[in-house]
Amino acid sequence: MIKVNEQTIPYQERITIRNLIDTCKPGADLFIVNGFPVSPDTLLADGDICCLIRRGETPTAEEMESLLMARHTPGVHEVVRKATVGIMGLGGLGTVVAGALARIGLGKLILADFDVVEPSNLNRQHYFISQIGMRKTVALKENLLQVNPYIDIEAVDGRLTEESIPVVFKGVDVLAECFDDPVMKAAALRAVLTNMPAIGYVGASGLAGYGDNNSIRTQKIDHDVYIIGDGTSAAGPGHGLMAPRVGIAAHHQANQILRILLGKD
Amino acid sequence: MKITCNGETKEITPGTTLVSFIQDMNLNPDTVVAECDGRIVKRDEYDTLVFSDGNVLELIRFVGGG
Repeated sequence: MIKVNEQTIPYQERITIRNLIDTCKPGADLFIVNGFPVSPDTLLADGDICCLIRRGETPTAEEMESLLMARHTPGVHEVVRKATVGIMGLGGLGTVVAGALARIGLGKLILADFDVVEPSNLNRQHYFISQIGMRKTVALKENLLQVNPYIDIEAVDGRLTEESIPVVFKGVDVLAECFDDPVMKAAALRAVLTNMPAIGYVGASGLAGYGDNNSIRTQKIDHDVYIIGDGTSAAGPGHGLMAPRVGIAAHHQANQILRILLGKD
Repeated sequence: MKITCNGETKEITPGTTLVSFIQDMNLNPDTVVAECDGRIVKRDEYDTLVFSDGNVLELIRFVGGG
């Protein structure tokens, strides 16, 4: 067997990359075998893993589906593809959580923020120089669609409140609390525990500075409700928010969201 | 009288409110989620909730950064 672009085909003696182009990827101009670029006349061996690429081309929706399914297994992909996750706050946590979920092909993301991209955001938030001054909802949506153009993204531009959260995020499977403001962190948890008992929730508290990696913990506080962080490292003068440690917490959040969706609570 | 807060027994003065209890811990009440005897306390009840002997309180405190 030979694997070509995540599809398995029977191995034949003396088969080369060139023999595969017309059937597997017409117009391909870059050929990778077992992780290394090769010429089209390379002889293939049984068990080789090949990737045929047409440079600059966006994969079709079907190609993306089959790539994600092959990576994640069909059962996992099916759950992820059908899920809806809300993200409150698109800063150092929210942009990274959204990026991780977009990459695994999460079906629908609802992105909420009231702010615009500022230069000081770039030390940890996944925006670019060219996006300074843009609305965060617009800029992040643009970036996520570069990663996976086939996910559904709803942007909610404005300030959330304890009262509006259950309305804006009605129907989500999991809600990610990625706010900067501790008052909103508390308000969001209260809103969910009071009014959204059936959803998963992953919040964060205590992730500033460059303290010990392993002091960032995922703590379960209720069924499908988690708070991530060290619980004490507040952002403040001399104790700033920095990409490495905020990123650790954000990826704890993203993985916990995935675990909730897959029923691993 | 005594209440339990996050698993620890605390001696408090009768008449203590949730808001004064949180402030005595040097915390901003707006950054704390409180559950009293299994019920999430609404923010506008923090000032009026007066503890009874034996209340079981869970406080979750948030710090800024995201």
